[in-house]
Amino acid sequence: MTATVAQPPAVGAAPARNHRPRILSRLAPYLLVLPGWLWLAMFFVVPIISMLSVSLMTGNDLAGFTQTFHWATYADAWNQYHTQIVRSLIYGLIATALCVLIGYPVAYWIAFRGGRYKSSLLFLLLLPFFVSFVIRTLNWQFILSDHGMVLGLLRSVHLDFGVQRIDSTAVAVVGGLTYNFIPFTILPIYVGLERIDPALLEAANDLYANKATTLRKVVFPLSLPGVFAAVLLTFVPVASDYVNANILGGSDTTMVGTVIETQYFTNLNYPLAAALSFILMAILLIGIFVYARVLGTSDALEMAAA
Amino acid sequence: MSPADGLPPDLLRGLTTPRLSRRRFLQAAGLTSLGGVLAACGIPGTASGGGGMYGQTDAIERFWKRQKKTGTLDFANWPAYIDVAKGGDHPSLDLFTKQTGIKVSYSEDIDDDDSFYGSKLEPELKSGQPTGYDLMVITNGIFLDDLVQRNWLIPLDQSAMQNFYSYSSDLVRDPSYDRGNVYTMAWQSGITGIGYDIKLVGHEITSWDDLKDPKLKGKIGMFADTEDLPNSALCAVGVNPEVSQPADWKKAAQWLTEQRPLVRKYYQQDYLQPLAQGELYASQAWSGDVFQKLEVNPNLRFVVPKEGAPIWTDNMCIPKLASHPRDAMIYMDWVYQPKIAAMIADYVNYLTPVPATQQIFAKEAAQATDKADKKYYTYLSHSPLVFPTQSEFAKLHRYRVLSTQAEQDQWNSLFEPIYES
Repeated sequence: MTATVAQPPAVGAAPARNHRPRILSRLAPYLLVLPGWLWLAMFFVVPIISMLSVSLMTGNDLAGFTQTFHWATYADAWNQYHTQIVRSLIYGLIATALCVLIGYPVAYWIAFRGGRYKSSLLFLLLLPFFVSFVIRTLNWQFILSDHGMVLGLLRSVHLDFGVQRIDSTAVAVVGGLTYNFIPFTILPIYVGLERIDPALLEAANDLYANKATTLRKVVFPLSLPGVFAAVLLTFVPVASDYVNANILGGSDTTMVGTVIETQYFTNLNYPLAAALSFILMAILLIGIFVYARVLGTSDALEMAAA
Repeated sequence: MSPADGLPPDLLRGLTTPRLSRRRFLQAAGLTSLGGVLAACGIPGTASGGGGMYGQTDAIERFWKRQKKTGTLDFANWPAYIDVAKGGDHPSLDLFTKQTGIKVSYSEDIDDDDSFYGSKLEPELKSGQPTGYDLMVITNGIFLDDLVQRNWLIPLDQSAMQNFYSYSSDLVRDPSYDRGNVYTMAWQSGITGIGYDIKLVGHEITSWDDLKDPKLKGKIGMFADTEDLPNSALCAVGVNPEVSQPADWKKAAQWLTEQRPLVRKYYQQDYLQPLAQGELYASQAWSGDVFQKLEVNPNLRFVVPKEGAPIWTDNMCIPKLASHPRDAMIYMDWVYQPKIAAMIADYVNYLTPVPATQQIFAKEAAQATDKADKKYYTYLSHSPLVFPTQSEFAKLHRYRVLSTQAEQDQWNSLFEPIYES
């Protein structure tokens, strides 16, 4: 559509008609950005507004839902399910911290010691993720079962410390979350580390910094944008995940994702499901906003986009 | 005449009202349209309002007159719920194809009523799309009631149910959840009781209260649903669920809340494996499941607790917009021949809807030359789980029917937070 309008003026056109291309050239950036805005409007703004709208309805699936601006649904949602919401955030934080602790050294090693095998190593890292998410999680259930590989082995060497079970506990859920989302942590950190000029490390060495100091004062600060992005990309999906808690969880480990799923698919209680989703989204957005203001840089956002 | 006369109207408006800046204008427009969007939408209900074919015998007859056999049948059932031969073949379905020429595409798509209804049936039927199934198996209860109320099931052709009316048991003929068998014919029935490993538990379990034994902490499984879990708990507190009242529900919820710290997990279909492997010592269980796993773990037992237990029936029914309803009708009646019912019951070990199978099993036992076969058929023909006696039936209760939305909401808000803890 824009292409036909934006044709260059015909050769030999009268100078008086020069204003047309000038207007077009001023509009061009807006026209170019239009598809992006339309995309956002269609797939973000419209769904959000309709979700907000649904969350304020009352009724039931049989008789239909009507708009009554029933804000009390939010209070009900929080009162009934705040345990699960808070639990999701806590699990999210722990799993994200673990992901960074485990992922940082891995990313570091690949970035600085990977040499010509870098891309193969990254590929190996992603290899397990070609198998379905659910199937891998089910396998963890098998591995962690009471007489499975982990506990069975530990028990046979008497290192189980009286642990009765791992499966169906919070440990299994957080472990599953960490395992499933760690590539989202490693890749941004890797990108951040990869951008560091090795000459800077030599410079640090020349200035008598030992390896630990170099890491602390040069490498880590320079990689912060990557870490920032990694935390964002990990925490958000982890906090709203519902597969791990369903498969690896037990009686006091339900996360809010499961509750939303049940409200939506089983109870057909769309307003409550929408309200819960909105609460979760609001908490995540506020959290991210604060986090970005405190730690973020424009660099970090760039990294998140990379 | 006013002084404004003669001025162009747009200029006049500009003089008499504050001009909106572009930004303010956009804000205002955004706000009104947002408000408009929020207010205008609603989600239409799906109740049929008493319309549809129900009660219109003529319409039903005319509908069925038009339906011809097509030679194809799409059948959705639960896992491990039909006879299986080596290699995953289903002999009864093969026999059906041989006798009728109808090819069956059999899928084990139903893991539980909740998710099958919520993610497969509801979205399709609501938008007027066929589900892709001609025949499906739905448990009596909330979801079957919903399907009927929404007019999402095709009423059966009563003139094509000869085998059903000749051989079906009293339990499934004219049942309370589908008077006159307008929409359904039973597939199998079952009991929700307690399955346990007698060696690991160390003693016989007789009561629901045995599932509150602190010694079994972390080794107890319960169901994650709004039918079996609450109705069993109602039995546990000594109430007949069918006639229970909200005060009883609170007592049952209390019972479950007290038990929760001991529960390993609230399961859907996946409790059976951990029970057979000994990760669970005792669990809420379905009668036939435990029987099927005896081969894997001979220490497994199933008990109907002394306080009573829920009994349920899974029902064959035809979803609206099915492409091959006549073929479905032929199949439904076909499985009510005692011989066929025996083929299925022999494998699934649930309460069969055809009592005549008991004689078939007794005969098999009498004629069996193989010792193991003899033992198996003797057991089967006497099993109280496949053929309960009158006195045992007295302990079994149907689910509470939640007839109003208010009741359903109260029920859900009491029991859901327990298993989604």
